[in-house]
Amino acid sequence: MAGLMIDRVTKRFGEQVAVDALSLDVAPGQFVALLGPSGCGKTTMLRMLAGFEALSEGEIRLGGRTLASREQHVPPERRNMAMVFQSYALWPHMSVADNVGYPLKLRRLEGDAYRRRVAQALDLVDLAAYAERSPQELSGGQRQRVALARCLVADPDVVLLDEPLANLDRHLRAAMEQSFRDFHRRTGATMIYVTHDQSEAMSLADRIAVMRDGRLEQWATPEALYRQPRSAWVAGFIGQGSLLQVAAGRPGQRLGEDTLMRGLAAVAAERTQPVLVRPEHVMLLPELSSQRGLRARVESATFRGERYELHLRLESGEALLAYHHAALVEGHDVALLLREGWCLEPDR
Amino acid sequence: MAPSLTEGSQQRWLLTLLMLVIVALSLVPSLRLLMEALGDLAQGSEAPLWRVLQAESTWRALWRSLYTSGLGMLIALVLGSLFAFVITLTDIRGKAWLVFCFMLPMMIPPQVTALSWLQLFGPASPLLKSIGMAPPLGSPQPLHSAEGIALLLGIQSAPLVFLALRTSLLSLPRELVEAARISGARQAQVWGQIILPVTRGGLIAGGAMAFISSLGNFGIPAMLGIPAGYYVLPTLIYQRMASFGTGMLAEMASLSLLIGVLALAGVALQQAWMKRSRFGLMGHSGRAHDFSLGRWRGGVTAVLVAVLLAILVAPLAALVVSSLVPAVGVPLTLESATLAAYHEVIGRQGATWRAVRNSLWLAGGAALMLVLCSLPLAYRLLRLPRRWQSLALGAIELPYALPGVVLAVACILLFVRPIPLVNVALYGTLGLIFVAYLMRFLVVCLKPVAASLAQLDPSLEEAAQLAGAGPWRRLGGIVLPLVAPALFAGGLLVFLLAVNELTVSALLWSAGNETLGVLIFNLAEGGESVLAAAVSVLVVALVAALMLCLNLLAPYLPKGVVPWQG
Repeated sequence: MAGLMIDRVTKRFGEQVAVDALSLDVAPGQFVALLGPSGCGKTTMLRMLAGFEALSEGEIRLGGRTLASREQHVPPERRNMAMVFQSYALWPHMSVADNVGYPLKLRRLEGDAYRRRVAQALDLVDLAAYAERSPQELSGGQRQRVALARCLVADPDVVLLDEPLANLDRHLRAAMEQSFRDFHRRTGATMIYVTHDQSEAMSLADRIAVMRDGRLEQWATPEALYRQPRSAWVAGFIGQGSLLQVAAGRPGQRLGEDTLMRGLAAVAAERTQPVLVRPEHVMLLPELSSQRGLRARVESATFRGERYELHLRLESGEALLAYHHAALVEGHDVALLLREGWCLEPDR
Repeated sequence: MAPSLTEGSQQRWLLTLLMLVIVALSLVPSLRLLMEALGDLAQGSEAPLWRVLQAESTWRALWRSLYTSGLGMLIALVLGSLFAFVITLTDIRGKAWLVFCFMLPMMIPPQVTALSWLQLFGPASPLLKSIGMAPPLGSPQPLHSAEGIALLLGIQSAPLVFLALRTSLLSLPRELVEAARISGARQAQVWGQIILPVTRGGLIAGGAMAFISSLGNFGIPAMLGIPAGYYVLPTLIYQRMASFGTGMLAEMASLSLLIGVLALAGVALQQAWMKRSRFGLMGHSGRAHDFSLGRWRGGVTAVLVAVLLAILVAPLAALVVSSLVPAVGVPLTLESATLAAYHEVIGRQGATWRAVRNSLWLAGGAALMLVLCSLPLAYRLLRLPRRWQSLALGAIELPYALPGVVLAVACILLFVRPIPLVNVALYGTLGLIFVAYLMRFLVVCLKPVAASLAQLDPSLEEAAQLAGAGPWRRLGGIVLPLVAPALFAGGLLVFLLAVNELTVSALLWSAGNETLGVLIFNLAEGGESVLAAAVSVLVVALVAALMLCLNLLAPYLPKGVVPWQG
């Protein structure tokens, strides 16, 4: 198992910069998600890792070995990687077992050893009974699992996954997420997972690289991304929350209740620090007449099952999102406290 | 609401009627042929069908048809797949020009192809004489042979293989190749183990199409085979008709039936194979897989250019040289070069000019008529249940799928006597050829229009309907402008094919009613190869110009309408 080094990798298509000086250091066995809206360069980055695209600048190293740089380009077939494609890319003229065994055949494995490894791989994804079927006879989720089995059969150094759940319905997604988690635990392979779905990335990955316009916006664990997003853009992309202007703190600082409430009370001209307030940190006070707290008007209340989601409007005109156990009437005034907030870098 | 409902049903009835008439007309020639060939079976061993089947000449011609078409198909497969693979899958430069030049032979009429190759080889070749490389007088013309015919058939039908294979290569999802490469497959393994097996459907389709089209080809075996006494089925029919006139119609019908059945069997076999090797492919397609040729690029380009020089440029050069010499056998020099042949063709008001005029009228008239029919016909066809739709399309396609000789014999059978009720005699007039063209080329015009209509979002018409537009108004105001490019392209394709047509008109022409194709054929047969070459050069120029016109239209058309644009 070897770590993957991505060092200031840049990719230009003509004038357009698809990936801009991206650097990541992936530890062996880590599950990494490349997350970002469409067009942010995450798929291009993945294709450069696979070797389907050449780099314009920078370097990709696996262990001590340089895979790609401006001068050097190891072709995909000699990188010992594997990939799950969005369309699964199962070869229609081969059976399920032949699809899974193809990487082994290319490594000149034959006879019993070949059959055993194919059977093992199919067992791992619960498809042993389907070995002789043709891929067209399988459902979407089954095809997905064949693609996974093909991936792991040859013990690749790195497994690349290109939005593998994008073509599945919501119910199947949850099941497949679980099988990805199992798969990662059992094989311990280094995995790079491209997605635009933040909840998918948060629930699967050890570490997430958030990308925007080809650049790395933040590189952190899912918890850190949620609690300590670097910029207003990341905060808006991951989880829910409201952005308030406060006259206290500096980027990267957590504000407690007292500082936050005081900072909010200042005059508008002094409130220049953007602060993220998650809805779970907004506490509604039972008494409107209380001297403590901010006043806000309820704009709408949406039923979400376990709770209500309240869209509030502060007296300063700023919007605030809060959770509450009961429905509140639109147009009513409430008093509230903000438990904590996180100071962000202003957006570029 | 009520008036628009009646208007809608009125429109539906009119269109249905039109469709039924057209489908019936498409079927009539084949039915008439069947009747004639099978009608006298009661006579036992004296029935025309038995006499034809017992004649040795029939079986010899059949075997020669199969041999030349089979060999031609192999040549077409080699040439077509070479170009399809290299142009579609690699990063070779100048793709658009390579494709255009490779497709040109398909659009050049076969008699012109044959004439230009005849001018390229043999002791009388003006080109070889001009560069002092002509073989001695009396040495044989190598093209007057089965292999010569096969070679030309192969070159003419290679674009069909190219198109079929290119289509299936373009629909090959990029991920299938990438998945193989990241699994560890080298380029050679990717070709052999992924690309070839997945696209074999295209290869089969292309081969079958090349075989069927070679089977029905008349111009090439006529120009190369008849002088050597080498008859294939279409030329056998032509020769019998030329020597015996309409007296042997029943035998001719039987021979036509034989070749028609052969062609349709080929089509059926192709469809069956295609069904077996068709895969539901998923993923991103439509983008060429860029295999990097690297240092091989120069060499591969040179090979393709050399092939094009041999199969296109050299024969056309021979044709041009032949059209510029004052007489057959005179080498071309700066002093001897003359435009006399062109003066003769364009300037004099003789048979030449008449044939050009006839062909222009026939092709233009047929194109216009078919353009007018196609839109309402396609509009109604697409609203049929799927089953009926494919049956109707099959009927309309029949006169085009059958070899031209078969349609010509059927038309003679249909119109040799005046049409009952109206008492109009078409036989021996230009009208006969015109009607045959309408039947034969309807599907050529219909296909692009139907493809374009099928792509149209139904909500466009529904929105107009909600805004208050009646059915005719919608057809004229919404549908027509949106499919106009396809209509125009369909008309242009019909014109392109009809203006050069030889097979049908070779059997249907009469004195004063020659077509351009017949003119070239007769001039060449009569030894006037200089004049024939001059007419041919003009024809090639016309074809190239029309193809360029279609190229300009291509961006406004659905994929696949312009045959040489992927």
